[in-house]
Amino acid sequence: MAIDVKIKSDLITHVVIQEEMTIYTVLEQKNELIPCLKADAELQLDLSGVAEIDSAGMQLLIYMKQEAIRLNNRFSLYHHSQAVVEVVDLLNLTSFFGDSIVLPVGWGE
Amino acid sequence: MGDLDDALITFTEEAKELLNEMESSLLALEDNPGDSETVNTLFRAMHTIKGSSGLFGFSEIVAFTHEAETVLDQVRNGEKTIDDELISVLLGCKDHTVNLLEHCICSPEEGLPDELKSVGVKLVTLLTGNEPNKGSLSAISNSPNAPVENMGAAEDLAECWLISLAFKSDAFRMGVDPLSFLRYLKTIGDIQNVLVITSEIPEHDFDPESCYLHCKVAFKSDADKQTIEDVFEFALDDCDINILPPNSKNEEYLALLDDLPEDHVPRLGEMLIEIGVLTNNDIDKAMQKQSTAEKGGEGQPLGAILVEQQVAQPSIVEKALEKQQKVKKKVAAEASFIRVDSNKLGQLINLVGELVISGAAMDLLVGKHGLSDVEEVAETMNTLVSNIRDIALDLRMVPIGETFSRFRRVVRDVSKELSKNIELKITGGETELDKTVVERINDPLTHLIRNSLDHGIETPEERIQAGKPEKGNIELTARHESGHIIIQIIDDGAGLNKEKILAKAISNGIIPEGHKLTDQETYNLIFAAGLSTKAQASDLSGRGVGMDVVRRNIEALRGNVNIDSVAGKGTTITIQLPLTLAIIDGFMVEAGSERYILPLSTVEECVEMNSGEWEVDDVQSYVNLRGAAMPYLRLADYFGSKKEQKGNRQSLVVVRSGGDKAGFVVDELHGEHQTVIKPLGKLFEHVAGLTGATVLGDGNVALILDVQGLIEKAKA
Repeated sequence: MAIDVKIKSDLITHVVIQEEMTIYTVLEQKNELIPCLKADAELQLDLSGVAEIDSAGMQLLIYMKQEAIRLNNRFSLYHHSQAVVEVVDLLNLTSFFGDSIVLPVGWGE
Repeated sequence: MGDLDDALITFTEEAKELLNEMESSLLALEDNPGDSETVNTLFRAMHTIKGSSGLFGFSEIVAFTHEAETVLDQVRNGEKTIDDELISVLLGCKDHTVNLLEHCICSPEEGLPDELKSVGVKLVTLLTGNEPNKGSLSAISNSPNAPVENMGAAEDLAECWLISLAFKSDAFRMGVDPLSFLRYLKTIGDIQNVLVITSEIPEHDFDPESCYLHCKVAFKSDADKQTIEDVFEFALDDCDINILPPNSKNEEYLALLDDLPEDHVPRLGEMLIEIGVLTNNDIDKAMQKQSTAEKGGEGQPLGAILVEQQVAQPSIVEKALEKQQKVKKKVAAEASFIRVDSNKLGQLINLVGELVISGAAMDLLVGKHGLSDVEEVAETMNTLVSNIRDIALDLRMVPIGETFSRFRRVVRDVSKELSKNIELKITGGETELDKTVVERINDPLTHLIRNSLDHGIETPEERIQAGKPEKGNIELTARHESGHIIIQIIDDGAGLNKEKILAKAISNGIIPEGHKLTDQETYNLIFAAGLSTKAQASDLSGRGVGMDVVRRNIEALRGNVNIDSVAGKGTTITIQLPLTLAIIDGFMVEAGSERYILPLSTVEECVEMNSGEWEVDDVQSYVNLRGAAMPYLRLADYFGSKKEQKGNRQSLVVVRSGGDKAGFVVDELHGEHQTVIKPLGKLFEHVAGLTGATVLGDGNVALILDVQGLIEKAKA
């Protein structure tokens, strides 16, 4: 399973996404992720395991973010993998997501 | 908004829509302040306007909306509460944005007027509680919250290609990944900024496998447009791509436009492709759009479409159009005429005539002395001389259209005067003929047309009674036919009244009673002097002095005029004129030791007279040539020259003029001869059957035959 859902508390849901977020997985991922997005709660997406992300995957993240705003969900991405950072950067979406990106040591080498 | 840049139309409309939406959202918030979705809408409106304004380099709007957006972001994140006070400030912001937008679009060159500036400062102060520092209003803030679509100041963008990518919803499924394009773009230049437009992503029924993303990319590269477009080559079906060249390239393009050769009138698309603003693909798309639009009945010039599709800057399109106009004018000017004194032209033609004659003289001597080596040189010279002759004559050729179109006015005025409804149709106006002929045909034509207007076309009432359309038609046509020009005046009027003409002709003593005239001959009687069938002469025609003058004028031009008519259906007047009055290609024959020239164009064939193959009726002067009977005329007999039959090998020259054929019996055929027409002296003017004379190479004179006249004689 590409997605591990850990419910930390009533309000905070923590999800680790593994392997890929691409056109091949987005439908499944969307169906998994949407229920995690609850009104007035918090959803944390751990992207450290995302080795591959394409436009469809990024679109899903954008959608999640927008949906989160609508639901007043504190939605955050963290542990961006190198692949994710590259795409967020390429699409100039850093401030759209507004998450701090921690560059791992040795990134870019 | 008169000179609104077309490229901005979409932006303006979008922005206005968003602002209206913003206003209604604000008003909705007054009733329901906690609605986070509405706040979101507000944020998005400011956000999007800021982004698009950045694309167009409207830094004032960017700076102002940035402040509003920041506040809205705070509201959205719960850092600030929205109350009536803030709402009214935001409403003010909305109005101010509208004003800014208007200003930026209407007078982009001018700075902000003080009034707008002070309103802006006031609003920002109200929004943030701080005086805006100078920097944040004039340049874009670099705060960490700076929006993603802050595409940089206008100066930076000026260097950039602006690439809009509107992916179709199937793009992902078709294996198109926008990211790959961006990555590839990076290899041929610098991506200065990317704006991902996410507003298409639906709130409901979001299908993660469909693509809702649109991208605007500011791209800095030295590559040309085609190269950039090629990046997207395989996605053309799944993405609408518009590539707008950088503003900084404008000057380069304008310079290139200036340098385009001016030897022919180029098409807009061709020019733009040549200087690299557009690719063939751009043009194809635009043309396709144009033709669809035309089918829908609302055609649009190509330039407007190109600007609308944001593939070319308006300034470049304008410049290209200007250039096109300029070239058009230049080409037209180059193709225009130089005024030459017609006397000079006359002299030239005369000299060419002499040249032709002396060329013939030279030929003669070359033949006489058997100088075979000179023969070749003489041959070349003859070719050149005949070329010069053609060109010299061509100089005097003018299209008859101008003369024809003068009759539009005549027809209009006359039909008004006579309260008739008449339309003039002109065809063959481009047909050329000698200027002198054109000048001299004007009067006869005017007379004939007035005649048709006056007598030919009936009044509307009469026409309706006769079951014809109320509107009468007169057709004026010209065409070339076997070395002549044929001018026809065709009307669909009442036609000629044969009985009336005959009665009048008999009573005026023009023809005897008991005549045996054909219809054609009867009709042609109206060209006889002193015949007018109209009881009352009008101002226009019908005094009975016109038509015979017309015929004389036309005959003076070595032409002829014929009239044909069908009662109730209309009348056709046919005028046949030679193309030129100066030089003709002649055919020389000899009869009774005299030489005669026939216009070559009238000669159909030459056969042996007494071959025994045809029946010759000596009494009635008819020959049955392969089943076609035609009259013949012995030229030597006719002109009364001494009979000196060389042997018995006479020839029959078959000539044709109009629909008539006849044979001329001659002793010898001399073949083609370039003939310079010299007018006959006064004494010979009335000798029937001759139209002029020419000087031969050996100094002798040959007479030029009036073929039409001689055919009449042969028939008689």
